[in-house]
Amino acid sequence: MRLDRSDQTDRTDPSDPAICECCPKAQHMSVFDFTEDQIQRYSRHILLPEVDVHGQEKLLKASVLVIGAGGLGSAALLYLAAAGVGHIGVADRDCVELSNLQRQVLYSTRDVGRRKATAARRVLRSLNPDCRVTAYPGKLSAEKLTTVMRGYDLVLDCSDNFPTRFLVSDCAFFQHKPLVTAAVVRFDGQLMAVLPGDGNPCYRCFVPEPPPSTMTSCQQAGVLGAVPGVLGSLQAVETIKLIVGKGETMAHRLLLYDALSGTFRIVARKPNPHCPLCGSNPSITEPIEYKDKCCPGGQCFTDDECCADDECCS
Amino acid sequence: MTNIADERQEQAGPRSVDLTGYVCPMTFVRFKLEIDKLAAGERLEIILKRGEQIQNVPRSIKAEGHQIESVKDENGTFRLVVRKGKQ
Repeated sequence: MRLDRSDQTDRTDPSDPAICECCPKAQHMSVFDFTEDQIQRYSRHILLPEVDVHGQEKLLKASVLVIGAGGLGSAALLYLAAAGVGHIGVADRDCVELSNLQRQVLYSTRDVGRRKATAARRVLRSLNPDCRVTAYPGKLSAEKLTTVMRGYDLVLDCSDNFPTRFLVSDCAFFQHKPLVTAAVVRFDGQLMAVLPGDGNPCYRCFVPEPPPSTMTSCQQAGVLGAVPGVLGSLQAVETIKLIVGKGETMAHRLLLYDALSGTFRIVARKPNPHCPLCGSNPSITEPIEYKDKCCPGGQCFTDDECCADDECCS
Repeated sequence: MTNIADERQEQAGPRSVDLTGYVCPMTFVRFKLEIDKLAAGERLEIILKRGEQIQNVPRSIKAEGHQIESVKDENGTFRLVVRKGKQ
């Protein structure tokens, strides 16, 4: 799966050697001029044959939407900004709480009480001014998320609740956007990529519908702070691989991490012919907004009654 | 037209880039930025200094599929002519 947008650059200047049709060799010339700061900043990427100059160009021209700026999102966002992803969208309606700081390394103590999306934007811009960062601090309904998602090449699901997870994956499916999704609880984490196209399993091939509300979530069970950091970093890695078009994707695999035993496992994933979303007879024809009343202070993109927690800013 | 342009470029000689002012790994980063501007088969001359540069950079150049056509020792600096390999 390649997200090569360099070919979509509008080359209309006939004096530009990169578009000289009489000299095919000129087509190999890079059309992106790195500044001195960029050469220094991305030198370690440029040194990698699998990234090189062209891969770094692709990163700088890419746009990635990250849903959730919590434990997973903190790590993913930091590494995507560090890599030079040109446009990053950060969607989170939550506010920073003291209990977040054990794992949400994007924030500092002074950010407690601030909107995560806007606090994240400030940190990411400080880390890398090359990145344009758009913050979405409000609630994103299916309709709004669909509209927002259109402006991005690729989506990361870094949320911590099933209604959001399913809404994001449904929207990405209907918009044919590559999705890198991860989840963590206690000492365990999992990650997969959901890529558009026949033969690729979707998210609902793996989990057809939200599990019963008795399932634990990060808010109801503890989580080792560094575990979402591991999975969020891996989300950034998989995203970068998709953008530069190198390496093997996680499209047909599920990565499982057990921090207590210190082990990684890979499990094969296949399309489900009876999948309600991508199967031969799909019953779901548009993104579904599930209701979740059990997310005080959480990322309730779908629940109007969210943020009953007094500490959550309005 | 293309063949005439090639011949003229060969006759004029490759462009020369002085890399002696850089420190590892920026020396090779700079080389990559310069070689990226060329098409496969075109040549670039680079100047390296004695020590870490001449010991490390040629090996990295070959590892990336380019050919070192010549190396000229000029009392402390080295002129290398590199032909860009196919990508």
